[in-house]
Amino acid sequence: MVSVEDFGEYETEWCPGCGNFMILKAIKRALAELGKEPHEVLLTSGIGQSSKLPHYLKCNVFNGLHGRSLPPAIGAKVANHELTVLAVTGDGDCYGEGGNHFVHNIRRNPNITLIVHDNQIYGLTKGQASPTSELGMKTNIQNHGVFNTPLNPLSLAISLDCSFVSRGFAGDVDHLTELIKKAIQHKGFSLVDVLQPCVSFNKLNTFKWYSERVYRMEEEDHSPKDRVKAFERSLEWDERIPLGVFYVNEKPTFEDHLEILASGPLVKNKADPEKVDELLDSFI
Amino acid sequence: MNTDLVIKVGGAAGQGLHTIGVVLAKTFKKSGFNVFTTQFYLSRVRGGHNTYQVRICNEPIRAMTEKVDILIALDEASINEHLNEISDGVVLVDTDVIKIEQMNESIFHVPMLKIAKDVCGNKIYSNTVAIGAALGLMCFNFEYLERVLTATFQKKGDEIIENNIKAARAGYDHAKKNFPSACKFAVKEPLIEDGRMLIAGNDAVALGALAAGVQFLAAYPMTPSTGVMTYIAAKADEFNVVVEQAEDEIAALNMVLGASYAGVRAMTTTSGGGFCLMAEALGLAGITETPAVIFLSQRPGPATGLPTMTEQGDLQFVLTAAQGEFPRCILAPGTPDDCFYLTAKAFNIAEKFQIPVFVMSDQYLADSLFTCKKFDTSKIEIDRHLLSDDELKGKNEYNRYELTPTGISPRAIPGQAGFTVVVDSDEHNETGHLDQTIDNRILMNDKRMKKLKLLEQEMEAPQLYGNKKADITLIGWGSTYGPLLEVVDILTSEGHSVDHLHFTNVYPLPVDAIKNMMADAGKIVCVENNATGQFAKLFECETGLRVDENILRSDGKPYTPEHIIRALEQKKVI
Repeated sequence: MVSVEDFGEYETEWCPGCGNFMILKAIKRALAELGKEPHEVLLTSGIGQSSKLPHYLKCNVFNGLHGRSLPPAIGAKVANHELTVLAVTGDGDCYGEGGNHFVHNIRRNPNITLIVHDNQIYGLTKGQASPTSELGMKTNIQNHGVFNTPLNPLSLAISLDCSFVSRGFAGDVDHLTELIKKAIQHKGFSLVDVLQPCVSFNKLNTFKWYSERVYRMEEEDHSPKDRVKAFERSLEWDERIPLGVFYVNEKPTFEDHLEILASGPLVKNKADPEKVDELLDSFI
Repeated sequence: MNTDLVIKVGGAAGQGLHTIGVVLAKTFKKSGFNVFTTQFYLSRVRGGHNTYQVRICNEPIRAMTEKVDILIALDEASINEHLNEISDGVVLVDTDVIKIEQMNESIFHVPMLKIAKDVCGNKIYSNTVAIGAALGLMCFNFEYLERVLTATFQKKGDEIIENNIKAARAGYDHAKKNFPSACKFAVKEPLIEDGRMLIAGNDAVALGALAAGVQFLAAYPMTPSTGVMTYIAAKADEFNVVVEQAEDEIAALNMVLGASYAGVRAMTTTSGGGFCLMAEALGLAGITETPAVIFLSQRPGPATGLPTMTEQGDLQFVLTAAQGEFPRCILAPGTPDDCFYLTAKAFNIAEKFQIPVFVMSDQYLADSLFTCKKFDTSKIEIDRHLLSDDELKGKNEYNRYELTPTGISPRAIPGQAGFTVVVDSDEHNETGHLDQTIDNRILMNDKRMKKLKLLEQEMEAPQLYGNKKADITLIGWGSTYGPLLEVVDILTSEGHSVDHLHFTNVYPLPVDAIKNMMADAGKIVCVENNATGQFAKLFECETGLRVDENILRSDGKPYTPEHIIRALEQKKVI
């Protein structure tokens, strides 16, 4: 039996009251409840307050570059598909700096889980607009308020036919834990966008602001199989903000297409230089 | 009789120059000649003016010469641009198709189109008529061509093979019958059946990587590196390699690092522009001490530059790319043999020292065909330098960056023997977790930089060609090797005292070995394919020795021996 304690307790660099603590708690609980041992799990991350998360639980860690949590995750998953791989990132990291990898890994569909701490602001650089910041939000750079249309990660993912699209809320750890479990269990690329208040810099989207608006889709009649309905839900904001699984499309994963992985992880293969001899003969 | 002939085929992209060139090269090779080919092409799929050049010789050759003996002109530009290259040579051209304003005695009309239609009922065989005509001029044994055509069109069926042979034979007979004055091109085939290969630099790099057991390749296609990626992709299933076309070069190197971290041999392939995008991930490889092999085939920059031409213009960039300081290794092959063995070696160095290793080639080396001995795969050793499960089992904890006297920490892979592996792009301590304390920074930075000194001891000394203690020592790196060898031969035969030092282990330079070798060197002349003498700067800076003259070329074209000799004369070195 794996327990939450197996993932350890670490001192963090987060602000008191930060939503990151809840997300960390949910990830640990999800992993423990799924019976994943720390050494079977790889967390990759980029740069930002969210991306420090892998350092705060016991597991394999690849804390890479800003915006680049996904590419090493894919590389590692291909090398050893027995690892449970989670990419942990933030709205600036994933939807801004790393937007290209977000789009193309949805298309690639590797069996990994992407958890985005979406606090609609830049925390580590102290309060600039992120791709998901609300229109009109004033910051120390966007002095006249944000006027770039906010990126809607869920609509974008659904439009790309992402195989698992969901949203959680850091203020609802039980629900978030279940969501992360489903995402990990889903075979394919699974997105968990997590609404997360930034207590230091985002004075607009606070705990209270979110709490007054969020609702669980599973308590209403929502079928994640219906892509058009999922897209409609993903457009809801302002008054009511849906949580839960928007969309699921089971389809072959990136690894499924790689027939050579069927016999076992790539990392277990041994090379034989002399096998190249027959190729050399074709140049004679 | 010593043969040394050059055949040049000129035409537009899409006209089949490559096929003509390769068929000629294979035919000459089959008969025992040494062959060397170069390609000059523009960045377009159709049109423009491209050339394919084949040189054959009884003696080993590793460079192209400037004088053309037989020019096969498939477009007008071939006449306009290359007629001046054929002082004693001839042009084969179909004047029914290409208008020639001024015919002269060296221009031979071959009705390629008409012959193709008459003999095969289809104009697509006119290129094969041209091949036949060129070999007819040389009174070449037709049987070799027949064998090569049969092999080349094997997959297309008997009818296509027969038509090609008929077309070639008709062209061959036409030339023999109508151009008796050209019998000066008659050659005697060396008739050696020696199992040599005819191979391009890119293919040799790909084979070296496969021999070294590459398991993962992520890259974004970019000329002139793409050939390595496509070759490995074609063999991927057979050799258990995953090849993934990344969304961009940033993803490519980051994917490689993820795969390498998880324990497989991984590489990327790119050219300068793509490598610009990889610079940050290069630093990530540096600080996380993750092995990676980066094949960088150079082309002239800056920015898009001349996408299909050649240059050695990226050395200083590769030496210093990415912020901060960390050890890296640069290997630069000069021949297909180097391409094969050095690529395999790159993987061993990358894993032994846990660093990024570059294999730097260029368009000239990537695309040129060379005849060479079959590579010896029994010489390839695979040294993974990974901890075994048994070594790990005795441990209470595993720290990825354990401090050791050499600076190299024992490397385990994630999950191995129940341990976790932590790596971080931030400065970190032995555990791999973020640590910004000053004392730790000093320890970790020293640990990483220590590996560079150790690596230097493993770098091979440059290869000497010619007599030691010559008055003039030509130094070069990578692909200038072939032309420089011929320069040494030519100048030595003219009574000059010249030798050549060829550097393939470019960084870190084996300084002590170089100083020993060059203790009593005469004039040092560095020859390289760029505008600023990038290797010369590195050489001077690392060894403290002075380069007396720089010979430089950065017009997009590779060196010929003639070009270097002219430059040496201009600089009054000879």
